[in-house]
Amino acid sequence: MGGNLKFVQGNEACVEGALYAGLDFFAGYPITPSTEIAELLASRLPKTGAKFIQMEDEIASICALIGASLTGCKVMTATSGPGFSLIQEGLGYAIMAEIPCVIVNVQRGGPSTGIPTRVHQGDVNQARWGTHGDHAIVALTASNHQDVFAMTVEAFNIAETYRTPVVLLFDEVIGHMRERLVLPEHGEIAMVERLKTSVKEGVDYHPYLPREDGRLPMSDFGGVHRYNVTGLYHDMWGFPSDDSDVVDGLLRHLMDKIENQAAHFPKYREFYTEDADCLFISYGSAARSARHVVERRRRLGERFGLLELQTLWPFPHDIVKEKTAGARYIVVVEMNTGQICQSVRLAVSRPERVFLANRIDGVLITPTDIQRVIRLIYGKGF
Amino acid sequence: MPVKDYIRERFFPHIWCSGCGHGTVLNVLIRVIERLGLNKSDIVIVSGIGCSSRIAGYLDFHTMHTLHGRALAFATGIKLNRPELNVIVPMGDGDALAIGGNHFIHAARRNIDITAIVMNNRIYGMTGGQYSPLSGYGIFASTAPYSSVDQSFDVAELAAAAGATFVARSTTYHVNEAAQMIQKAILHKGFSVVEIMSQCPTYFGRKNRQGDAVDMLKYMRDTTTPIGSGAKGQNPELIERGVFVNKELPEYCSAYDEVIRHAMEGR
Ligand SMILES: Cc1ncc(C[n+]2csc(CCOP(=O)(O)OP(=O)(O)O)c2C)c(N)n1
Ligand code: SF4
Repeated sequence: MGGNLKFVQGNEACVEGALYAGLDFFAGYPITPSTEIAELLASRLPKTGAKFIQMEDEIASICALIGASLTGCKVMTATSGPGFSLIQEGLGYAIMAEIPCVIVNVQRGGPSTGIPTRVHQGDVNQARWGTHGDHAIVALTASNHQDVFAMTVEAFNIAETYRTPVVLLFDEVIGHMRERLVLPEHGEIAMVERLKTSVKEGVDYHPYLPREDGRLPMSDFGGVHRYNVTGLYHDMWGFPSDDSDVVDGLLRHLMDKIENQAAHFPKYREFYTEDADCLFISYGSAARSARHVVERRRRLGERFGLLELQTLWPFPHDIVKEKTAGARYIVVVEMNTGQICQSVRLAVSRPERVFLANRIDGVLITPTDIQRVIRLIYGKGF
Repeated sequence: MPVKDYIRERFFPHIWCSGCGHGTVLNVLIRVIERLGLNKSDIVIVSGIGCSSRIAGYLDFHTMHTLHGRALAFATGIKLNRPELNVIVPMGDGDALAIGGNHFIHAARRNIDITAIVMNNRIYGMTGGQYSPLSGYGIFASTAPYSSVDQSFDVAELAAAAGATFVARSTTYHVNEAAQMIQKAILHKGFSVVEIMSQCPTYFGRKNRQGDAVDMLKYMRDTTTPIGSGAKGQNPELIERGVFVNKELPEYCSAYDEVIRHAMEGR
């Protein structure tokens, strides 16, 4: 196992996950605190014959990814706040044209250039609604390096299964902190490879005709099937269409394939949730502090628990509803003004039970910060 | 092969106005591809958004209709991973040089083996006749009702300065010449730019009193001249047509293959 044990930054854990998943192509533009991902891949990818390119900006990066994905590559880019804003236009295209790709956002403080070297979790709602128009999105996160690795692999699997972009929302603390990582052996984690069409040359191939299970087999650009890809509403051949049935049908398909599959892939971790009187809901680096408080309170015999979300979008509505059912208080711990707290309030019964413990000053929320909120809820003595 | 074997009849009728120069470019492109005997499955057409960009869907190749201005970035991702494919990017002037200007100069700088065809009608056709960076000073447009005070780019000079290794210009009047330019561009290994001056009678023609499509074609005949012709000496206002740049520099995909070789050797 020794050879597989590494002591790395979170950004490197993400790189390891992507390489494990079979990354073929990375396009990006440097930005703190994600840059190490690009630097490491510039070195690692060509060693396996895979390719790296530094584009002129993040708009170009996402566009190059989409082009590369169509040729059959597994693709990824990595960015942070301002770059994630620039990616939104291409992200919408990838949703519409159903192109598998992985977009890493190592969050820093915003809005605008904000606070590049400090931690924030302010892009949660941008990940959900940053690109225009109705749509569904998948966004995953992690609180430690083993999970950064696992979620990165998972992101590639979801992207291939559902022909969709997947956003990995890490944060500055996770990206830069050093921690141990055990690399799994190849084959230890099941990989989803691209579903290719079995339609023979010369037979009409429909790039946008879902199979019965909802999946859309692909054909690589440069292969035997020539078809059209567009960001316009389109029919099963990929031809633009403004027919109202086509428009309605496609939008529903794009939403359904993510929202209705949500039950199949919410990822989360739980600590003492069964009997928790006070249940924390948290994610990313904030969840580390929340867990610390939970462990301490449990040692004192107090019924605290933690539900750590790893799938942020589609929001794991049912899981949150179920796990919070018995709790008297629900405290959402996050480093923004309550972006996930909003969704939690919508998911739970009796939303007046939901409180927010947050920090928005670029400093990692501490157990003491969380304790202070608990004291406000439970009153003196706590 | 007859022309109809290169198009997707399912996609027709096309959206272009009668007299639009973009149809001529479509025709020229098909003839060049036929002349070169290229396999339909070895060609990728990547376009942006605009009247000109609709050309992609009409062709029976691997086609991608992308985002306004971004076609070259999409094309870069395709070409780098499938260097053996012929990647052709037809672009509008606004598409190529306003919103897409940054991608344009950087694709040229990298010298990646892509053929960019700038269909320059000096106006935004698709959105209804607003001025483009190619309109130039004194031109009327729906957003320049008192005439434009914006100076224009010279596509050829810009492409050459940015590092394109093949740069040429022709017009929709000079179809045989245009075909030759596009043919050379496709055969060239490196980033090639062909500007085809084209007419938009619906907006540019009407707003600038240039008459109908035939009048506009005659205007292009009369206001252009082959590079180095005596006519240019007498009338410096004339726009030159022909090949401005044709040189060899390391091509991006081949250069990256070298990177892979070094990396694999552990250097
Ligand atoms: C991001 C973005 N901004 C604006 C538009 C609207 N738009 C569509 S086509 C176009 C201009 C087209 O002009 P040009 O590229 O010169 O091509 P033409 O239609 O003249 O062939 C514009 C501004 C868009 N589609 N996307
Ligand atoms: S508006 Fe102009 S550019 Fe567009 S199709 Fe009509 S003539 Fe051509």
